[in-house]
Amino acid sequence: MARNGMFSRRRRAEKVEEYDELLPLTEATHEVHVLAVDDSLVDRIVIERLLKITSCKVTTVDSGMRALKYLGLDEEESSVTIDDLKVDLIITDYCMPGMTGYDLLKKIKGSSFREVPVVIMSSENVLARIDRCLEEGAEDFLLKPVKLADVKRLKSYMFNEDRFRGEEKGMNKRKLPESSSDDSSTPTLSPSPSSLDLSSTPSPPSTSSPSSPKAFSSSLSTDSPTHSTDSSMPSSPTRRLKMISQDL
Amino acid sequence: MLGLGVERLRGDMNRLLALLFHQGVLDEQFLQLQQLQDESSPNFVSEVVNIYFQESEKLLRNLRSLLMDREFSDYKKMGVHLNQFIGSSSSIGAKRVRNVCVAFRVASEQNNRLGCLRALELLEHEYCYLKNKLHELFQIEQQRLLAAAVRYPVQH
Repeated sequence: MARNGMFSRRRRAEKVEEYDELLPLTEATHEVHVLAVDDSLVDRIVIERLLKITSCKVTTVDSGMRALKYLGLDEEESSVTIDDLKVDLIITDYCMPGMTGYDLLKKIKGSSFREVPVVIMSSENVLARIDRCLEEGAEDFLLKPVKLADVKRLKSYMFNEDRFRGEEKGMNKRKLPESSSDDSSTPTLSPSPSSLDLSSTPSPPSTSSPSSPKAFSSSLSTDSPTHSTDSSMPSSPTRRLKMISQDL
Repeated sequence: MLGLGVERLRGDMNRLLALLFHQGVLDEQFLQLQQLQDESSPNFVSEVVNIYFQESEKLLRNLRSLLMDREFSDYKKMGVHLNQFIGSSSSIGAKRVRNVCVAFRVASEQNNRLGCLRALELLEHEYCYLKNKLHELFQIEQQRLLAAAVRYPVQH
């Protein structure tokens, strides 16, 4: 595998396009790219740091509109190609002026980015609100102030078991000689508009594990998923809602 | 004095922190911020807190100018400022400031101008106290870093 990697890098100089796709296959690391949306500057700084410290690449924007613009989903610039954009997770505040996190969630779920998990953050623990968001397709709901343990847990159950989800997207469907030691299940081919992310700073995968006894994700992982396209997602939102409400 | 003061300064810092926790000025979210500080981001806490101060002072100015207006009636706008203040205070662990904002918000929701004025005064007081104490904390931290640098000078 390493040999393939070196081979492709050497040849890269000669045939750039052809071997562009070989590289990511052989890279064991894949940095998770998170788009964080929050109108509060302080919160943006904190969430960015929380995500970076858990080895994520982060892009922050201050509104739902800016988020849509970044994703190329705003109506004005429909001609913008998003081939190079790869977002693995969107985390958004609920209460924002103009477009709320809920509005943003709906827009994303109705777009070509619908497969990207969306997590809602809110300072208010309103069950009806949590309910609404989960039913609209939110992956999870975090209560503010967000803690390091929350982010670690999120990253762990969303990405650590599924590290090669990204590698299978888009152009390359070649089967890998197995390099993942985490999970025996084959990664799902989830349809995605974005291409592979050739991170220039490969970071070691997060070694954190959910430390809280309330890490319900582990107990839910054996449930049959309700998401049709992605069999590696943990569990149904409503199941998770029940667990959250027990935790509260 | 410098090199020998490291431990004493660390003690001072811990004592001040303990006091602030005891007084309910700070809560565990402040400790979360400290967890986010490391070699790659060695001044994270003071950076975030300084931004919090800037944002807070803007909010306080807005709140005061709203209330000082004799024809003031835009409680909704005040609520928006308060929500922001509550959110950012919560994010850095400024518990007492946050609680005063919450009480302030209640007065605002009741369109209680007098209650709001009282709450604003209390808020300004709490905010001042927090700012002074955090500045003190950062100062001690700076001194400790300097003292440690002197004690363990970098060898070339």
